[in-house]
Amino acid sequence: MATMTFREAISQALREEMYRDERVFIMGEEVGKWGGTYAVTRGFLDEFGEKRVRDTPIAESVIVGAAAGAAIVGLRPVAELMTINFAFLAMDQIVNHVAKLHYMFNGQITVPIVIRVVGGGGRQLGATHSQSPEVVFAHFPGLKVVAPGTPADAKGLLKAAIRDDDPVFFVEHATLYSVRGEVPEDDDYLVPIGVSDVKRQGKDVTIVSYSKMLQVALEAANRLAEEGIEAEVIDLRTLRPLDTRAIVESVQKTNRLVVVEEGWRAYGVGAEVASRVTELAFDHLDAPVRRVAQAEVPLPYNRRLEQMALPQVADVIRAVKDVMYIK
Amino acid sequence: MAETMTLVKEAEKTALLSSETKVEMLRKMWLIRAFEEKAEQLYALGKVHGTMHLSIGQEASAVGAVAALRPDDYMLSTHRGHGHCLAKGADPRRTMAEFLGKVTGYCRGRGGSMHIADVGSGNLGANGVVAGGVPIAVGVGLSIQMQRMERIVLCFFGDGAAHEGAFHESLNLASLWRLPVIFLCENNQYAMSLATERGLAVSAIAQHAASYAMPGTQVDGNDVIAVFTATSAAAERARAGGGPSLIEALTYRWRGHSKSDKQLYRSREELEAWKAKDPIPRFAQSLEREDLLDTEKAGHVEAEARAAIEEAVRFAEESEEPPLAEILQGVYA
Ligand SMILES: Cc1ncc(C[n+]2csc(CCOP(=O)(O)OP(=O)(O)O)c2C)c(N)n1
Ligand SMILES: [Mg+2]
Repeated sequence: MATMTFREAISQALREEMYRDERVFIMGEEVGKWGGTYAVTRGFLDEFGEKRVRDTPIAESVIVGAAAGAAIVGLRPVAELMTINFAFLAMDQIVNHVAKLHYMFNGQITVPIVIRVVGGGGRQLGATHSQSPEVVFAHFPGLKVVAPGTPADAKGLLKAAIRDDDPVFFVEHATLYSVRGEVPEDDDYLVPIGVSDVKRQGKDVTIVSYSKMLQVALEAANRLAEEGIEAEVIDLRTLRPLDTRAIVESVQKTNRLVVVEEGWRAYGVGAEVASRVTELAFDHLDAPVRRVAQAEVPLPYNRRLEQMALPQVADVIRAVKDVMYIK
Repeated sequence: MAETMTLVKEAEKTALLSSETKVEMLRKMWLIRAFEEKAEQLYALGKVHGTMHLSIGQEASAVGAVAALRPDDYMLSTHRGHGHCLAKGADPRRTMAEFLGKVTGYCRGRGGSMHIADVGSGNLGANGVVAGGVPIAVGVGLSIQMQRMERIVLCFFGDGAAHEGAFHESLNLASLWRLPVIFLCENNQYAMSLATERGLAVSAIAQHAASYAMPGTQVDGNDVIAVFTATSAAAERARAGGGPSLIEALTYRWRGHSKSDKQLYRSREELEAWKAKDPIPRFAQSLEREDLLDTEKAGHVEAEARAAIEEAVRFAEESEEPPLAEILQGVYA
């Protein structure tokens, strides 16, 4: 184990996989000379050369399309999109091609790519640069969508994503990059895609979350503990395929559920999780499921407005008390 | 401009092709014509549903371009892709079966008319989205270059694809990285009802090549040898590490865009004028002039192709529907 930042964990995962498998390469805007917009690939150009660390033009559609094309005939590209907001310019490639080729062509083609994106708000970048729309991508069968909330998971999941034969949409929350944690240094440390993790055990209420909101949920759980409320915090880690069973088992124990996500409430992760729990464990619920999510507005720039729109620790605490009928 | 606009001249046509190959090309053209006519019939009989885009009249661009490839070169195709698929070497029986959505089809009935891939023959897939395959072809070229494969990739698209941003991103990147890609635009004069000049600010799609520092050539797309010659030059350049080329094959689709097309945007005279330039008899006659074929043998080539399509229909119709129990299988690798 070593203590490192989320950024270092991602970087280490990429580096290890590039040494392990020469088919792995990186392409995207500013991944080379600049060293990655978020400094994840700093030093990579010198270490691996221009062939495997490819600066591209600002052309998201062909970044993803070319990664897909390279993958279907033998390579394992990691395509970086500067932020998740710009993935919308590559939507045709991601949704109509990357997600579908394997099934539609009856397995004749596999698309082993990782699309790395930086997501999330909270840095006063305004509405176009602050979104958390990973749930949009999780809508599509054929894609896997991963969003780690700790450095260790970031490393293990990214390595698993690179080794996966399916396309993986990999979301790194911008405000997690400087978060520190213990990370296994084993070259073959993998975290399985599609498996959630109980980050904190508790008996009174289940809080389901992922990515940055995991940190918010854990903080809320710590404060609730001071009041004698023991929350179980489940980190989804993967949005598709969704690990439903772990959530259901937890709710069977706690009988109460709060889902915390940074994206908008409407049609969101909370809606999906609540629906599944209602279908599978209705009789176990002692209160309606509560969703904590972003206010239904394009995220405003002003600091106070921005913070008001984003889910905060206090919002999670309030929701937990609501499902426990505590005033 | 002169350089990017050269029409390949009669004199430039090389004698690169053996007589067997030329006859085989004629056979492929008939195979495509017969396939498309049969497809149309099956649709009219209610045996196929959904949509269908026929390439009748455009056989020369499919066959001429693919003839310039080696068998293990890659190809990506379009919504109007039956012809490309057959030209690349697909079995007409499995192609027809896919068209009918049968389990014996190349994609077990999951793809349908617009989404046939036959990876075994290097066909990495038709594409239902206009310009959708163009960025992917760039990546295939990148993979070829990075792995030092002795291959190139041919990317078909229509004139309508040149309206799309993805097309421009792709040409730029392919040229920037000198990738072994041949961009082959089948300009059949229309994108649905939109005539080329109503959708493009340039007068020739080949002109776009200049913006991306690659050769651009306009050829008579109804002359299979002209298409072959231009594609061969592009292939040679790609193999030598010279990077991509853009070829614009001028042709015409005889049928409506798809089955729902009332064809209000064009005149009967225009259609008839293009029909007079039918690429198939034109090629057959040139083979007769070269003494590679007599009228009787030419008839035989056609009959053989039509028989192969009859057999393909029989095979497809007798094939089973895909088992419903399979529906959830294979979403992930
Ligand atoms: C991105 C996208 N927009 C619209 C369509 C609907 N559409 C299908 S074919 C077509 C026209 C394409 O014209 P062209 O590229 O010239 O090919 P052609 O049909 O003439 O072979 C359109 C608009 C589509 N399939 N994809
Ligand atoms: Mg057209």
